[in-house]
Amino acid sequence: MTRTDASPTEGAALRTDGLDARLVVDRGGFRLDLRLTAAPGEVVALLGPNGAGKTTALRALAGLTPLTEGSLRLDGRTLEDPGNRLRVAPEDRPVGVVFQDYLLFPHLSALDNVAFGPRCHGVPKAEARAQAAEWLDRMGLTDRAGAKPRALSGGQAQRVALARALATHPRLLLLDEPLAALDARTRLDVRAGLRRHLAAFEAVAVLVTHDPLDAMVLADRLVVVEDGGIVQEGAPADISRRPRTDYIASLVGLNLYQGRAEGHTVTLDGGATITTTEDLTGPVFVAFPPAAVTLHRDRPDSSARNLWRLEVAGMESHGDQIRVDLTGELPLLADLTTAAVAELSLHPGRTVWVTLKATQTHAYPA
Amino acid sequence: MTERNAGPGQGSGAEAGAGPNSGAGPNPGAGPEGPTGPREVLSGGSKGRRPGTPRPGTRFRTARLRTPRLRAGVPLPLLLPALLGLAFLVLPLVALLVRAPWRSLPGQLTSVAVWQALRLSLITATAATAVALVLGVPLAWLLARARFPGRRLLRALVTLPLVLPPVVGGVALLLALGRNGIVGRWLDSAFGVTLPFTTAGVVVAEAFVAMPFLVISVEGTLRAADPRYEEAATTLGASRFTAFRRVTLPMVAPGVAAGAVLAWARALGEFGATITFAGNFPGRTQTMPLSVYLALQSDPAAAIALSLVLLAVSIAVLAGLRDRWMAAS
Repeated sequence: MTRTDASPTEGAALRTDGLDARLVVDRGGFRLDLRLTAAPGEVVALLGPNGAGKTTALRALAGLTPLTEGSLRLDGRTLEDPGNRLRVAPEDRPVGVVFQDYLLFPHLSALDNVAFGPRCHGVPKAEARAQAAEWLDRMGLTDRAGAKPRALSGGQAQRVALARALATHPRLLLLDEPLAALDARTRLDVRAGLRRHLAAFEAVAVLVTHDPLDAMVLADRLVVVEDGGIVQEGAPADISRRPRTDYIASLVGLNLYQGRAEGHTVTLDGGATITTTEDLTGPVFVAFPPAAVTLHRDRPDSSARNLWRLEVAGMESHGDQIRVDLTGELPLLADLTTAAVAELSLHPGRTVWVTLKATQTHAYPA
Repeated sequence: MTERNAGPGQGSGAEAGAGPNSGAGPNPGAGPEGPTGPREVLSGGSKGRRPGTPRPGTRFRTARLRTPRLRAGVPLPLLLPALLGLAFLVLPLVALLVRAPWRSLPGQLTSVAVWQALRLSLITATAATAVALVLGVPLAWLLARARFPGRRLLRALVTLPLVLPPVVGGVALLLALGRNGIVGRWLDSAFGVTLPFTTAGVVVAEAFVAMPFLVISVEGTLRAADPRYEEAATTLGASRFTAFRRVTLPMVAPGVAAGAVLAWARALGEFGATITFAGNFPGRTQTMPLSVYLALQSDPAAAIALSLVLLAVSIAVLAGLRDRWMAAS
């Protein structure tokens, strides 16, 4: 999936192509401060919880929200530089946006929606409509060209919105939660289609999502945003293997702890220890999947080093498994089969013995 | 994420895995349902369904059909004043129809004087509406979208003619645009234009009274319209004016049309400001309402005939608006 191996810290050198931005937006109590670079052809996903500032970042890139500080350069051209009172208006930026709820103009047909951009760029009406027809054809929507947005299905509207954004040949394509408005089944199809179009897109694409699956399928690089700042960035596989915040850990379904390593033993801030296979020293993260945890009614005779006595706090079904929420010296989540839950006669308040194999844990420097 | 074996206070706080969790994006309200919406609705529905009601859908539909009918049990303290109010509003119109000189009506209506007044009324009301549209729609946009200090004050000033007695409006217009008015004097000396007691003066008086109706109506529609469509247009390369012209204006067209009809009806019935500012010259400034008033003193039958014409026009306007307003209420 990786087409360019852009390292996240190459921002020191000014890019002459692609995106090079430091986005600072101050808005009464909330401060967004992101360093964002991307090469042409790269797809970057801003991933984060609601209210993290992802959409603000997207709006700032589009010029809809002015920067307080920082700068924004695209293909070597400065689009915004508040320090020098420079600001290119949104209509003059080579930027295309697919909005979360698409914002297709309800009074225009699908064709005229797509033709709107070229028309605004001075393309004659007939020519603009011909181009729009071509885009709709590429999206497989030729037969829906005359339909008003109200008559389009969610997936069709999404493709029209994408065609509309691409029809102005942007050098930066922005997608705000491109799949959030779709139901689960449509999502699957649209995600695959979107991935194809993004792969074919030769300029920079930045998408915003709170769905890790969308981010990992669509993007070459993830930038995880929390509270207006970047908490982690890197290739999807790396982030899902080595999460650095609770938010990412819960997104990718891992138990995550922070502590200090002395050899194979990691002492957590709360005092509990975890034995790992990695030999490390200093501050580390330890992660393990909920499926790696084993629960016992009585104290097991096993030689497992990682043995704790924990209390069941709650249970909920998770796919075809039961996810058990355990509290005690090491709060953790465990995935069990329904049979195991019945056999252990688990219920909230019950205490159980919990073991974890060291080989199932993964420790890495913090 | 349905909880199983759920006792009090035991939902696990962690939301792991790839399942799309919170669906609402950063734009609540505007966006369609989040991804978890349908699933939650489904599980909630099956849980909430009571055993005795197997088909909630059909039951709901029949219940909805019944609601428009007058239910038994309207409290008397409400019913009596309501009926009285209805009679109060309808009775004068009934009287107009009952006492109408139906036999002499054709002769009355084909008289030159009536047609002159009707023609003048239609022309001036339409012209006043055009003035209100050209000036009022941008003003409404300014009030709805632009941010500047004193906007509330400006809005209050715009609405003032709504509550101002029209006669006072006429006097004010005379002081502003009259031959010796603060602007009128200059208009007279520079361009030789005098407005009072001319047909153009009628248009001015009617526009003054009618425009606030249009502004308020259009401003309300603009406020309800999602400004993000304009943003979407600018990201496609449209200037703010192009975005307004090609996106916002078509989207608020129904509101503009409703406001225009409202303004037109108000202009058609205008009396106080017109007679004060433009006078009462047959063929030049004597509109329908003025000739009704005048006829009432000399020839009541003619006044009734003229009133019937205005009533017919009003009903036609209401019928034209029926879809828009009756449905909205």
